[in-house]
Amino acid sequence: MPYGLGIAKGMMVTLRNLVRKPVTVQYPEQRVAQHHRFRGEDFVWYEERCTGCASCAKYCPQGIIKIVTAPSGEMTQEGEKYKLEVFDIEIARCMFCGLCVEACPYDALHMGSGFERARPRQSDLVITVDELKASAKKPSTWFRPQLQDRGYDPFQPGDDVSWQDAGREKSVAPTYEEMLQRWVQGR
Amino acid sequence: MVNLPSEQITINLGPQHPSTHGVFRLRVTLDGEVITDVEPIFGYLHRGTEKLAEERTYTQIVTLTDRLDYTSSMINNQAYVLAVEKLAGVTVPPRGQYLRVLTAELQRIASHLMGVGFFLQDLGASGTPLMYCFRERERILDLFEMLCGARVTVSYMRPGGVFQEPPPEFWPAVRHLLDTTPDAIAELERLISENEIVLARTKGVGVLTKEKAIDSAVSGPNLRASGVAWDLRKADPYDVYADMDFAVPVGSNGDSYDRFLVRVMEVHQSIRIAEQCYRDMPGGPVRSELPFFFRPPPGDAYAHVEASKGELGFYLVSDGGIAPYRCKIRSPSFINLTVLAEMLIGWKVADLMVIFGSLDVNMGEVDR
Repeated sequence: MPYGLGIAKGMMVTLRNLVRKPVTVQYPEQRVAQHHRFRGEDFVWYEERCTGCASCAKYCPQGIIKIVTAPSGEMTQEGEKYKLEVFDIEIARCMFCGLCVEACPYDALHMGSGFERARPRQSDLVITVDELKASAKKPSTWFRPQLQDRGYDPFQPGDDVSWQDAGREKSVAPTYEEMLQRWVQGR
Repeated sequence: MVNLPSEQITINLGPQHPSTHGVFRLRVTLDGEVITDVEPIFGYLHRGTEKLAEERTYTQIVTLTDRLDYTSSMINNQAYVLAVEKLAGVTVPPRGQYLRVLTAELQRIASHLMGVGFFLQDLGASGTPLMYCFRERERILDLFEMLCGARVTVSYMRPGGVFQEPPPEFWPAVRHLLDTTPDAIAELERLISENEIVLARTKGVGVLTKEKAIDSAVSGPNLRASGVAWDLRKADPYDVYADMDFAVPVGSNGDSYDRFLVRVMEVHQSIRIAEQCYRDMPGGPVRSELPFFFRPPPGDAYAHVEASKGELGFYLVSDGGIAPYRCKIRSPSFINLTVLAEMLIGWKVADLMVIFGSLDVNMGEVDR
């Protein structure tokens, strides 16, 4: 190779990269866009949809969901609906596989989109039932095609999903007339 | 001139040495700078995956397989679900099979890029080539985030198919990736393949002969670099690999450079397979319905795939319950490590990390 050609080739690489846009993202200030299917940590839970069947707890590979239920006296016609007294998700051991969300037959539990819940103590990394009730209703569309088909985006502000819209069916609870028809007049 | 007495010295490299891949320890005996004895010590990342699998249901084990070789989770998923399907006699819809092959090939690109990047990092090219590889890998991980919401621990596949239909925006994104990745790989090749320092440091270094590779059951790119055209995608096709048209790149000398080159060439072949999957993607369901707690009939099954590091096999024994009675994992990295000592003896300390890096082992898979 003639003298200097290697340097010229090297400088060409430098020149090409000089005019290129940087790919590095300065994280806390800038963020990359997340996809709406992102499996994140702040679980979204709808009290109205949950029956306390504990499918999520049963499907969890780590066994980190703790559920304690009590009869609520609601919906006795449609089978008992249970009141959740304890719904602890110990996300310190959670691996965000999403099997609990896949398991939920009533679309009550959804993944969230967050990833910044760092805490100094492990005991702080438990999502309690009160926290779940108060959390922002911005579910991820992971395993929820009904949300995705609607064009819903959890990263758009002010687009919370109400419990009626979160399910894969139109309305979750039967109306009074339906119950009357099915359970009283139909017999 | 006085003839000074000299003696051999034994040092530990790792488990926290920054240039080892994962938590891995090498006890090296040196005569001056020349390596005379090597003892690989591992087990620092042991999580008991095989034992844990015995108390998980068949679907839950998918999440464990992500964590074996965490740079190629999709392929681990595929190997496991193939074993379960063999055990339970489940058929997979064609779209599910195509999606599996597409994602597995994308994962192979990502894994090989990581292998090549860290190999160049071990050569002393700190940063730049690794970041070239990571830039491309990131875009594949972005696709995985679209598919299944996670970038590394994907848990995308399920016994009976894949868990969910990709979102509509996935297809233009794959198209864009397949169009632009060859250029990016070509740029990496221009930068590295003819580089005199790379050639001087890797040509003829750490030769693994064909006979030795076969005797030690080495598989994957390391075997093919030694000149054996053995690829399970060709030799024992699974999913839809039988319909795919691709070549098996083979090296000639079995040195570090060949191992590096075979990986780069395999990336091109993976792009070819992904193109064909994209072109021929059939419609229909992606998953055949299986209950979450299903009970395969008593018996055993072994399924193996060509993972990015070699032959990855799952041997499952069922006693008719919801969890396997035994789950044995044949991990390629573990078996590829067995030739390390012989490859290293006689070389200098500076070559140690180059040869080790060219093997591209992953400790998550070695220790399980």
